[in-house]
Amino acid sequence: MTATQETSTEPAREIGRDRRRKEDQRLITGRTRWTDNITLPGMLHMAMVRSPFAHATITAIDTTEAAAAPNVVAVYTGKDLDESAGVLINAWPITPDQVTPAHPPLPTDRVSFAGEVVAVVVARSAAEARDAAELVDVDYEELPAALDLKEAAADTVLAHPDLGTNKSALWVFDSQEAGTGGDVEEAIAKARESGVVVEREFRQQRLIPAFMEPRSVVVDPTGEQMTMWSATQIPHIVRFALAATTGVPESKIRVIAPDVGGGFGGKLQVTPEEWMAWWVARQLMKPVKYTETRSESLMAAHHGRDQWQKITLAAEKDGTVTGLKVELLADLGSHVAIVGGGVPVLGAFMFNSIYKFPAYHFACQTVLTNKAWTDAYRGAGRPEATFAIERIMDELALELGREPLELREQNWIRHDEFPFTTVAGLEYDSGNYEEATRKAKESFGYDALRAEQQQRRESGDPVQLGIGISTFTEMCGLAPSRVLGSLDYGAGGWEHASVRMLATGKVEIVTGASAHGQGHETAFSQIVADRLGVPFEDVEVLHGDTQIASKGLDTYGSRSLVVGGEALVKATDKVIEKAKPIAAHLLEADVSDIEFSAGRFSVKGTDQGLAMAEVALATFAAHNLPDGVEPSLDSDATYDPINFNYPHGTHLCAMEVDTETGQVKMRKYTCVDDIGNVINPLIVAGQMHGGLAQGIAQALFEEAVYDDAGTLVSASFVDYLVPTAADLISFDVGHNSTPSLTNTLGTKGVGEAGTIASTPAVVNAVLDAIRQFGVTDITMPCTPERVWRAIQDGTAGAKDPTTGAAAAHFDPATDGAGQSNIADGTEGAGQ
Amino acid sequence: MTKIQLTVDGAKVSDDVEPRMLLVQYLREKLGKTGTVIGCDTSNCGACTVHLDGRSVKSCNVLAVQADGSEVTTIEGLAEGSVLHPVQEAFRECHALQCGFCTPGMIMQSVDLLKDNPDPSEEEIRVGIEGNLCRCTGYHNIVRAVQTAAAGKVSGDAEAGSPAATAETEKVEV
Ligand code: FES
Ligand code: FES
Repeated sequence: MTATQETSTEPAREIGRDRRRKEDQRLITGRTRWTDNITLPGMLHMAMVRSPFAHATITAIDTTEAAAAPNVVAVYTGKDLDESAGVLINAWPITPDQVTPAHPPLPTDRVSFAGEVVAVVVARSAAEARDAAELVDVDYEELPAALDLKEAAADTVLAHPDLGTNKSALWVFDSQEAGTGGDVEEAIAKARESGVVVEREFRQQRLIPAFMEPRSVVVDPTGEQMTMWSATQIPHIVRFALAATTGVPESKIRVIAPDVGGGFGGKLQVTPEEWMAWWVARQLMKPVKYTETRSESLMAAHHGRDQWQKITLAAEKDGTVTGLKVELLADLGSHVAIVGGGVPVLGAFMFNSIYKFPAYHFACQTVLTNKAWTDAYRGAGRPEATFAIERIMDELALELGREPLELREQNWIRHDEFPFTTVAGLEYDSGNYEEATRKAKESFGYDALRAEQQQRRESGDPVQLGIGISTFTEMCGLAPSRVLGSLDYGAGGWEHASVRMLATGKVEIVTGASAHGQGHETAFSQIVADRLGVPFEDVEVLHGDTQIASKGLDTYGSRSLVVGGEALVKATDKVIEKAKPIAAHLLEADVSDIEFSAGRFSVKGTDQGLAMAEVALATFAAHNLPDGVEPSLDSDATYDPINFNYPHGTHLCAMEVDTETGQVKMRKYTCVDDIGNVINPLIVAGQMHGGLAQGIAQALFEEAVYDDAGTLVSASFVDYLVPTAADLISFDVGHNSTPSLTNTLGTKGVGEAGTIASTPAVVNAVLDAIRQFGVTDITMPCTPERVWRAIQDGTAGAKDPTTGAAAAHFDPATDGAGQSNIADGTEGAGQ
Repeated sequence: MTKIQLTVDGAKVSDDVEPRMLLVQYLREKLGKTGTVIGCDTSNCGACTVHLDGRSVKSCNVLAVQADGSEVTTIEGLAEGSVLHPVQEAFRECHALQCGFCTPGMIMQSVDLLKDNPDPSEEEIRVGIEGNLCRCTGYHNIVRAVQTAAAGKVSGDAEAGSPAATAETEKVEV
């Protein structure tokens, strides 16, 4: 580790060590607790009847036959629900006048996306429930569906006719209004006269989080406190939302997220399936379970991304950027999901990235359509921003005939300029873009690959080489509660931790950050082991159950370590402070003479001392405590971050493109990331690898495709191309570390970095390989077909206007010639 | 209902099953072998991979009745008592799992792969586990784990990060 600064006064023993994970013994031997593993006495099973239509009126539902099927206990439709069924909330109305369709768990008279649940069958076995679900007879009258995002934004067809518009909210940030920068229109006007203006439109295709464990929920109503087990990222938020909408007091609700098989934002939701399980269990007073199939998961669990991004960049002729204007259309799908409209807003502060733009304008129109709802997917808003800026910086370099990395360096914040307040109003605390880039170039073999590229170009090699760059930053560690409040988010961003000192010297720590693969048990144990000077093995981490971890705001936005870890540090420090007077009393010394180091309380200048375990035992016995001191060392802390933190990195990707077939092949991927101090390098590397794979998948493989009728075509792993091992390569992952100044441990989030950074690096590389054919853009995913077509159009020298949905919606007058030759990215069948 | 008899993780079992019941459902629902999991409904993900008479199969693609008379090994029967199989050990050693949902299938497939090809190249490993999806790891460390197991660089000792294993495994550069 290249830590350049030690922020802790403790000798670092565990922090920074590549500890093997505590979690793994169970997971590699199959001793797991997935929600679907749970069976309870008398448990009933639910199956869902889902709409095959994107938009239709429900004219009748006949459940007679289903209800009479073997071992069916009940069949429910929307008309059976009462107020106690609750509603699915949107926690982040991004504007006061946001248009938000009502979202009961089941609709009564109209479906608004294909896959929406219209009836629930409850039976003694899952198979019988599914069989009977086939017998539910629903009459639909099909309505025209709002499917295409741009058309929907024009209100040609309404996704919810009663609302009168598809436009949900328009969210705007303007640097001049905010006082953080100048007027972007002025910058653009000036650049049109004497500088250069680059205008591009990019498509963020619709993606599916595709966690490997399908969602599952079990509700047990038999206790005084009803229990829900759910494959969720957010047990605390689910509990709050159940209480807030179903009328059951929060104190009567226990939500448990047992082992959860990945989330990536996809399990950051309150779902109709959970709400129905809750309501059905209360109706029947029996435990119920529902586990979705993969097809149901791909169809109805929330999707991610899905934006059109219109980007205008102004610069001087020497390459200095002068303004950035971002106009987004974001597809919400059928409903405004829990964080739905907020996702693009999370990107609003990041389009300017690491560059010193003096003027910035961001506007995002969220739009309702008749597709599955969208919400957070790994990176949430920031991958979209990073993609747009890193793509357009390449376009600017091309326009000016500059080397793309040099042009970036000319514009980025130099390491001696930190802390730096950006045009979006954020204060970046630390970073060193020069150093990360230097290391990345060296490890990548940048100059040699550039030389090879040149040579292949000159020799007319059918396999061309391209090099893609992404020098990204992101904001993570969600989030300072005041900031969330100022953005009208419905909750805070703090996190809670407790440290319990057991009589035997073992330590239990409780965190409100609920894990699903991130390795909290290991990393948090390392932090506490160092802080308290106890063995790593003696620390037990408890989480994911609202009865144990009673306070928390769960896991998303790369927040667990930087917010949850900081809460833990604060709780641990309180334990030490509570132990000091007791140690002093036992050692017959003055408190002011007590020092704590490496797990030992000692009296200054003597060899007298007591181990933490000894003080814990004495406190437990409580036979000899100072007057007025409570017999407990246990401590809690709730930490509200003061700022985000800003990991950054330089990602370099080499792609080989077979110009005869359009086949693309990744040759090398190098990244050097700055995530501050590293607690466990093994876990960090794993987060990077997995993040990279997801970002690369957006660039090359994945897309949720709907047909003209609004049916999801990619509703199985046959069609939705989650990459396999054979599709990817081993990555070259390195680090540079400038510790974050906004938390004690000096850490920055890492969970999303790989995903945020990698997509533009890959697309830039593919384009870099084939630019000489006149290709200026390829719509993601860059499939061989699209790449081949782009090359064909380019080599043919055709400058026909782009057709279909990929056509840029710029004013033709200002539309540069560079807008041609974009591989068609129309949505719909046949891609 | 059809009567089947088979050996699962070394134990003889016998049950009446519906002819349509999948082997994976039988393992999970009738035997409580919940270590084996279901990740899809199209035989694409490999999460359900077990060994049937010594060969890896996707147990969602086999009917329980087809396993009649056979020997099935699941992730729960792979370790010898408290001594982990070298592939299990290598997965932990190389941090080849995050959420762990794909892990049982991935380990069972890797064991089978190494049986066929004890010294696979990176390419052969990648192709060999192509039928198993992982969303968390990007496969980087899974490939390393298979390489590590192939090279005999883990002891198969149940102790976490045993010195032999730690010493010989490539350290992740930070
Ligand atoms: S469950 Fe996906 S392949 Fe068997
Ligand atoms: S470890 Fe989560 S899917 Fe592989």
